[in-house]
Amino acid sequence: MLTNITMGQYYPVDSPIHRLDPRVKLVLTIAFIVAVFLVHTLLGYALILGFVYLVSRLAKIPFKMLIKGIKPLRMILILTFLLNLFFTAGETVLVEFWIIRITREALRQAVFYSLRLIFLVIGTSVLTLTTSPVALSDAIELLLGPLKKIHFPAHELAMMMTIALRFIPTLLDETDKIMKAQMARGADFESGNLISRAKSMVPLLVPLFVSAFRRAGDLAMAMESRCYHGGEGRTRFRVLKVTKNDYLACAAMAGLIALIILEGIFLT
Amino acid sequence: MNEQVRIQLEDVSYTYEEAPSPALSHATAQIREGEFVAVLGHNGSGKSTLAKLLNALYLPSEGRILVCGYDTAKDEFVWEIRRRAGMIFQNPDNQIVATIVKEDVAFGLENLGVPTEEMLPRVESALAAVHMSKFADSAPHMLSGGQKQRVAIAGILAMEPSVLIADEATAMLDPSGRQEVLETVRTLNRQKGITVVWITHFMEEAAQADRILVVSDGQIVSEGTPREIFDDVEKMRDLHLDVPRMTSLAAELRAQGMPLREGILTVEELVEEVRRLCPSKSAI
Repeated sequence: MLTNITMGQYYPVDSPIHRLDPRVKLVLTIAFIVAVFLVHTLLGYALILGFVYLVSRLAKIPFKMLIKGIKPLRMILILTFLLNLFFTAGETVLVEFWIIRITREALRQAVFYSLRLIFLVIGTSVLTLTTSPVALSDAIELLLGPLKKIHFPAHELAMMMTIALRFIPTLLDETDKIMKAQMARGADFESGNLISRAKSMVPLLVPLFVSAFRRAGDLAMAMESRCYHGGEGRTRFRVLKVTKNDYLACAAMAGLIALIILEGIFLT
Repeated sequence: MNEQVRIQLEDVSYTYEEAPSPALSHATAQIREGEFVAVLGHNGSGKSTLAKLLNALYLPSEGRILVCGYDTAKDEFVWEIRRRAGMIFQNPDNQIVATIVKEDVAFGLENLGVPTEEMLPRVESALAAVHMSKFADSAPHMLSGGQKQRVAIAGILAMEPSVLIADEATAMLDPSGRQEVLETVRTLNRQKGITVVWITHFMEEAAQADRILVVSDGQIVSEGTPREIFDDVEKMRDLHLDVPRMTSLAAELRAQGMPLREGILTVEELVEEVRRLCPSKSAI
């Protein structure tokens, strides 16, 4: 049960997008975010929507899943929309009654800001849905690699991410075990108000932390005895290779950005 | 003696910080190439301390340890020693680093700086040697305890060590997992000639070794083949160590006047011995 969780929100299917080099995907996602900020017309957003739709089809991700990703953001979206709608100054009044005054410019801004937020979330979801956490930590290590010169701990960061991912199922399993053991002794994790429920977590968290620290000590010793001595002089088992598809993806993203810029210049 | 000495302990003592008495005192022993040596002792006898000393995780307070000819106290040899004397630990979960089996096996190779293209064949042959090839792409947390220990052994094997130190590697496993891991290590010992130091408190496991070192209260109290060690039933009892059940049964029978030979370890051997004494009654 608890051991079978999928990590992060990775959607494990095989697709050309899944197979892209994670470094390329990470950089392209950043480029996509920039592209979203460059858009100032509805037609531009239509371009972005078309692009996202195409990518999600290629990645075999159900479009519904991307929409689901926006759900937790709905309060922020509504708030952004309303604040922009009511408090943006404008000339052309559309509706006016009592103290409420909605202008054409305000409506435009409210719609655009909301769309921008939606596409930012969708763009990053495409990255996390198609890239496993391990590949992502690899990409981060390699992309931040040059910063090692200024003593940025890129390798250590990636190693920490890997170990955290490795121990999530182990610790979940353990939580489950401790919970059952404490329940067998009469612990109650479910009833009572928020404060009493938080208090009932103490007999769960204390043994969990104690064991996590013991595990950390053991693991450090095991790693040392396997000759681990930091990132220096270390080679890699997993190699990332940039393929033809990666170049195609870069070209597609460049095309999108070019279209958006052109459309911004000529159609406004 | 022409076999090469792999591990040499010369009057080694080790005291933990702020501990009143040493965890290991004046231990002297030799382990030769290709031997399967069991270090037997109950909890707190100092056997785990001994294991960590052999891997340069601890450094002796007194005396000297040579592993494959390298002095563990010398900083510059630490990585040489750890590559040549691989160690597996008690808890199978706490020694696996990566999220995929084959990547974990490669962890040691990455640390040693082995070129990427050499890694895959070494990882594959290490996994094949412990019969875990079909789990190469699995996540470690989906494996059983015995399988995880075999992955840990493969991780050591990939580094091509000459000594394998197992620090109570079976203590947290169920009986079938224990058998599986011991069998794997014995095969490696026989087929690849890897010297094994098997630290345990299980008599049945120690009985399968070539030689046993008995550790009690931080001292090596006796040394010999399993038969020599277990025949001294009285001494083993004094040390609060059990002897295999058939050995103690044979000792009881001998005390009752049955002239059984010494050195019986298994049921089969006892049956044969009793048959030899009573040739006319074939029904036993």
